[in-house]
Amino acid sequence: MPYVRPLVSYGYLGTVLVFIYLPILIMMAMGFNQSSSYELPFHFDLVWYEHLSANEVLWRAGRNSVLLALASSAVSSVIGTMAALAFARYRLRGQVVLQLLLFPPMAMPWLILATAMLIFFYYSGIGRGLHAMLLAHVALSLPYVIIVVGARLRSFGQDLEEAAATLGADPWQTFFRVTLPMIAPGVAAAALFAFGISFDQFVTSYFLSPPGVSTLPVEIYASIRKGFTPEINAISTIIIIVSMLLLAVVSRFYRFGGTQ
Amino acid sequence: MVDQHLRLDSDSKPGRLRAVKLKREWVGYGLTVPAYIWLCITVILPMIMMLYFSFLSRMPMGTAEPVLGLKQYATFFEKDFYRFLTWRSLLLGVHVTVLCGLIGYPAALVLARVVKGRWREAILLLIVLPFWSNALIRTFAWTMVLRTDGIVDQALHFLLPGAPSMGILYSYPAIVIGLTHSFLPYMILTCYISLQTIDDSLIEAGQALGASNITVFRRIILPLSLPGLMVGVILTFVPVVGAFMEPRILGGRQGFMLGTVIEDQFTEVFNWPLGAALSFMLLAIVMLIFLAAYPLLRNRLKVA
Repeated sequence: MPYVRPLVSYGYLGTVLVFIYLPILIMMAMGFNQSSSYELPFHFDLVWYEHLSANEVLWRAGRNSVLLALASSAVSSVIGTMAALAFARYRLRGQVVLQLLLFPPMAMPWLILATAMLIFFYYSGIGRGLHAMLLAHVALSLPYVIIVVGARLRSFGQDLEEAAATLGADPWQTFFRVTLPMIAPGVAAAALFAFGISFDQFVTSYFLSPPGVSTLPVEIYASIRKGFTPEINAISTIIIIVSMLLLAVVSRFYRFGGTQ
Repeated sequence: MVDQHLRLDSDSKPGRLRAVKLKREWVGYGLTVPAYIWLCITVILPMIMMLYFSFLSRMPMGTAEPVLGLKQYATFFEKDFYRFLTWRSLLLGVHVTVLCGLIGYPAALVLARVVKGRWREAILLLIVLPFWSNALIRTFAWTMVLRTDGIVDQALHFLLPGAPSMGILYSYPAIVIGLTHSFLPYMILTCYISLQTIDDSLIEAGQALGASNITVFRRIILPLSLPGLMVGVILTFVPVVGAFMEPRILGGRQGFMLGTVIEDQFTEVFNWPLGAALSFMLLAIVMLIFLAAYPLLRNRLKVA
């Protein structure tokens, strides 16, 4: 389009990118600064990363976060793939109900769902803790898994599966030897998505964590409110890098932008 | 080779194929059972329980039995504080959404219409990237920038010794800046997707017929990209109205919003019935927004 001069255009996009990245980069840089009260001038030091490696509370929270994300990713990709398969390959009466049920975890403020789960889990005997967080994280990931895997399923026809069936393969064989290899990249992307959603999830974990059990985001929130040191910058930097690496891997499987 | 077998077989055995399909119908239902059960436990039952809780007069603890009634909702509608709170949250939603739109739409326009090829993909990726990083951490990052003696302040004092402090952490503008930063990628992405699908020939036709650039924008580009803009508006407005973490961290004492007051009911005050009622009022607001936007969103939802 000739009506906006390229210089202005790139300049504007550059400004937007600076706005998006500058605070994050400053936050990261301050994790390498010696001063505990974020004072300048900048003195490079890894002291806060050393503190971090000795911080058992954060380590335990980190371990919880990773385990939870792995479990949530595994469970939601299995359940989600099953549901996506049902949506794409069968005409089911009442499937609108499930599709509607998938809407709240995506569209409602998480605060509402999280507080509702807190009440229900507390009084139903499910209680709070990592298992309760797992229930919540899987629910939040399910819609995304179903969308990603469903898109992949629809991009292939049903022909190959029908061929396998008519050639005498039983449904299990058809699924494991035909369908699964076809949709594997979609499932892998969905699993990584789900890992990321769980790993970054703060709101539900916050309401469902009993005293003494926490995940990284919950621990970070507590620290921010209590008063914090650049240790929080250090752990935040690590989390951001992990998330970015994860996204880089996801984008190998799944093109976003046009597909959402 | 496989393809040939397929065609031959499915042509010669249509009866068997139908039998297979019928037999597998219940498999289809079976496949959705775990998802149903999971969402029952995490969405339906909790929402029902919270609805019940919102009608309780007090926390079911100790000896005094709570009674069912509209006490919590009456509190919401009678006390000026809650009206003020709702107003504040809605206003925050408007401010953040408008800012996101004003910054994000031109960025998406430039990205979709001016930037070409590999650069476009790279910049889009750069814009979406932080969107997958933790919102909590991005909010935390702003405390580094905005606080008194923060980066902005120190840079300013380095250039202009004796200048007044620019630290605006723990103020309403800080909340607006932080939330705008959080939701800008969303807005750019949704606008970009709808702008990108506009057929170039429409624009060329407009220009060939003598339309000025402004007319082309006003009569072709803007109307055609409006659905994307609306999706961005909804996706920003809804979560911002229910935000509690960002106002808490960036707003300090100024940060009380509907979301933070709900958080307090569950974590500090332990008045779960009031918290439940407030959550449902928030839900009602969200539903009204969706309802108002439904005609515009309908086509989008079909795709998903």
